[in-house]
Amino acid sequence: MSTQKVPVQDAMEEHPIAPFLRMDRIPHIWCPTCGIGTVVKCYATALEGSALDLDKCAIVSGIGCTGRVAGYMKLDAFHSTHGRAIPFATGLKLGRPELHVTVFSGDGDLSGIGGNHFIHAARRNMDLLVVLVNNFIYAMTGGQNAPTTPLGARSSTMPFGNFENPFNLPHLAATCGATYVARWTSLHIRRLTKSFSEALHKKGFRFIEIVTPCATLYSRLNKLGSGLDLMRFYHDNAEIRHGADTRDLDIDFQDRIICGKFIDEDRPTFLEMKDKHYTEVLGDKYAPMPPEGGWIHE
Amino acid sequence: MRYWRKPLDMDQVTVPKGDVIIIADRCKGCGFCVEYCPKDVLVMSEGFNRKGYHPPEVVKNGECVNCNLCEMICPDFAIFSTAVADGAGNTPSETQKEAPVEN
Amino acid sequence: MKTDSAGVLAGVHYLDGDYACGEGAMAAGCRFVAGYPITPSTEVVERISQRFPMMSGTFIQMEDELASMAAVVGASWTGTKSMTVTSGPGFSLMMENIGLAAMMETPCVVVNVQRGGPSTGLPTMVGQGDMMQARWGSHGDYELISMCPQSPQEAFDLTIDAFNLSERYRVPVMFMMDECVGHMTEKVVIPPAEEIDVVPRTLTDKPPGEFMPYKLNGGKVPEFARAGDGYKFHSTGLTHDERGYPDMSVECQEVNVRHLIDKIRLNVDDIIRVEFEQVDDAEVVVVAYGITARVARMGIDMARSKGVKVGFMRLVVVWPFPERHIAELAGSIGAFVVPEINYGQISLEVERCAGGKCATVHVPHGGGGVHDPKAICDAIVGAAR
Repeated sequence: MSTQKVPVQDAMEEHPIAPFLRMDRIPHIWCPTCGIGTVVKCYATALEGSALDLDKCAIVSGIGCTGRVAGYMKLDAFHSTHGRAIPFATGLKLGRPELHVTVFSGDGDLSGIGGNHFIHAARRNMDLLVVLVNNFIYAMTGGQNAPTTPLGARSSTMPFGNFENPFNLPHLAATCGATYVARWTSLHIRRLTKSFSEALHKKGFRFIEIVTPCATLYSRLNKLGSGLDLMRFYHDNAEIRHGADTRDLDIDFQDRIICGKFIDEDRPTFLEMKDKHYTEVLGDKYAPMPPEGGWIHE
Repeated sequence: MRYWRKPLDMDQVTVPKGDVIIIADRCKGCGFCVEYCPKDVLVMSEGFNRKGYHPPEVVKNGECVNCNLCEMICPDFAIFSTAVADGAGNTPSETQKEAPVEN
Repeated sequence: MKTDSAGVLAGVHYLDGDYACGEGAMAAGCRFVAGYPITPSTEVVERISQRFPMMSGTFIQMEDELASMAAVVGASWTGTKSMTVTSGPGFSLMMENIGLAAMMETPCVVVNVQRGGPSTGLPTMVGQGDMMQARWGSHGDYELISMCPQSPQEAFDLTIDAFNLSERYRVPVMFMMDECVGHMTEKVVIPPAEEIDVVPRTLTDKPPGEFMPYKLNGGKVPEFARAGDGYKFHSTGLTHDERGYPDMSVECQEVNVRHLIDKIRLNVDDIIRVEFEQVDDAEVVVVAYGITARVARMGIDMARSKGVKVGFMRLVVVWPFPERHIAELAGSIGAFVVPEINYGQISLEVERCAGGKCATVHVPHGGGGVHDPKAICDAIVGAAR
């Protein structure tokens, strides 16, 4: 027999990703056909296969549907204020440099209210992995226009269709200095997991955008069907172009979505530049923050 | 699978076999696993789970190849596959589940 | 515990209040500062940026005050004592994340070198107009601690106390300097490290399986675990239960918020610090804080020389407010006189706590300068009648 329908209690320990999730909070709040769970699964799979010490991995989320990710992952997890996940993560990283900090948040949180922090962290090449789940809308609050909402798409605050130009997020990240920029959809599970793996083992400001379906808001307000219909759309309209010029990566309404890995470089991180500079200028007098952090104790 | 010609090492290739395990009460009936299973092993069942969704069920017994796609794509952590020993008692290596596809 | 000597610039110095505050932070063991320049507070971080690289501290000038406060909260979760520095307009920007620090019970210090307001106001000149904001600035119910130094020496000493209180009660402490004290240069004696007691960040002794980040244990604050020590805990700004998980129920809100408030209110006797001078036979008591305390003393001396029996109550810890002290005094005096460089903020608290048992005379000042001591003297004399 190759099918087993197991009651939830018995299967709790069996799902391979269970060690990475707070199983006492599953099932999660995300809607049926929402893609966030898929992204979490890919991220957790990449973590599992990585060389990183999970005790030293921390995750910070902002506010929104994707902002709930921190609440479900079994790592040192922080659910901070709207748009401030990146500076919160900066504080974590600088307070204890040995941490591997991931920022997991949504398009509205990271590029709207958090836009300023996004560009400065990229400029500084702060050693953060920023996972941006893009569903083109502010979903949690009921479907308002987001900085990524395509031209013409309806939302609750643009009921006649959006007339604002949206962000081209990979281009934004790349021009601000990110060292790893990639975009996938939640359909590209293998490539996304590989992207996570690569990014987890790199340093610097790494940015991965994942286009995911939002059935309850974006899809419903624009009459695009369910999340499955959006997944079918990604299947037919996603083009993989590694190394594409980030200027060409705009997403128009129900148009092609260019995915791939666009930037993969190595540049000194904020801390590396700080150490190098102060060592040059101050010599022996320089005392860097140790990797274990600034906690002073007896 | 249809081949233009038979691969020269066909006798050395073992197609893995898998068991699909469905945590029915966690399913939200999104249909991703049914849609994207490469072997079309799953359909949405007629029955309901505790929340009123139609969880998937396996209709093609023995055809799961343990590719783990359902496990990866399910947003609700409600389905996964495990390796199963083939007739000769060989269990395929578990590397398939851990490593993402290489170049 | 004695403080880490790397941060202590022991000796006798001639420093301004801003620099003294920075030295106090370093002496207290602060090793992470995120700030944004704003007059008149910038000298604090300038001093810190000069000395931090030599003592394993990290200073980062963030892109704005919102990021600064968020970074301070994040860094504090690694067990590092963290601080930010700002003035009025930046203080307003930081409010949401101060609320986050209060909700997450994160120890940290926010220095506000007050200037004339509102809005851009008088960037280079004194004000004391943020006193109510220090208590009520962020939305919702929470309690925190605010302190007011009156001199550069106190700017040093009280900064260390601010960090200690912050650690002990796991609460953000608002260090309310003003531009006068901040830019006034006086003698500051920094004792050697062996003479400076600090409250270290204390970690839980429970293993990861048993630890709950917000478990209430009697009247004490929850135990703390550092990010990166393998506890894999969750902390959120949402109303949360003992596990740190969000819980959107009325019962949980009651427990959660009640705890944030009781943490301070039930310990006011340990936290409140006031100084009394000659209140025993006073008919009028002047209540003042910060630079106004020093000006008020001149006014008091002038009034005494006119024969008025006037006492002085200086607020060192302003929030939690010394309600009981005011209420007790009110029964035996004729009036409180409250000079402050604003249009009546702490004087409202005094009036409230006096409960009508005596009069409360406000002596407001718009900002940009300190009171004329004569104005305070006139108010005292007028109150005595």
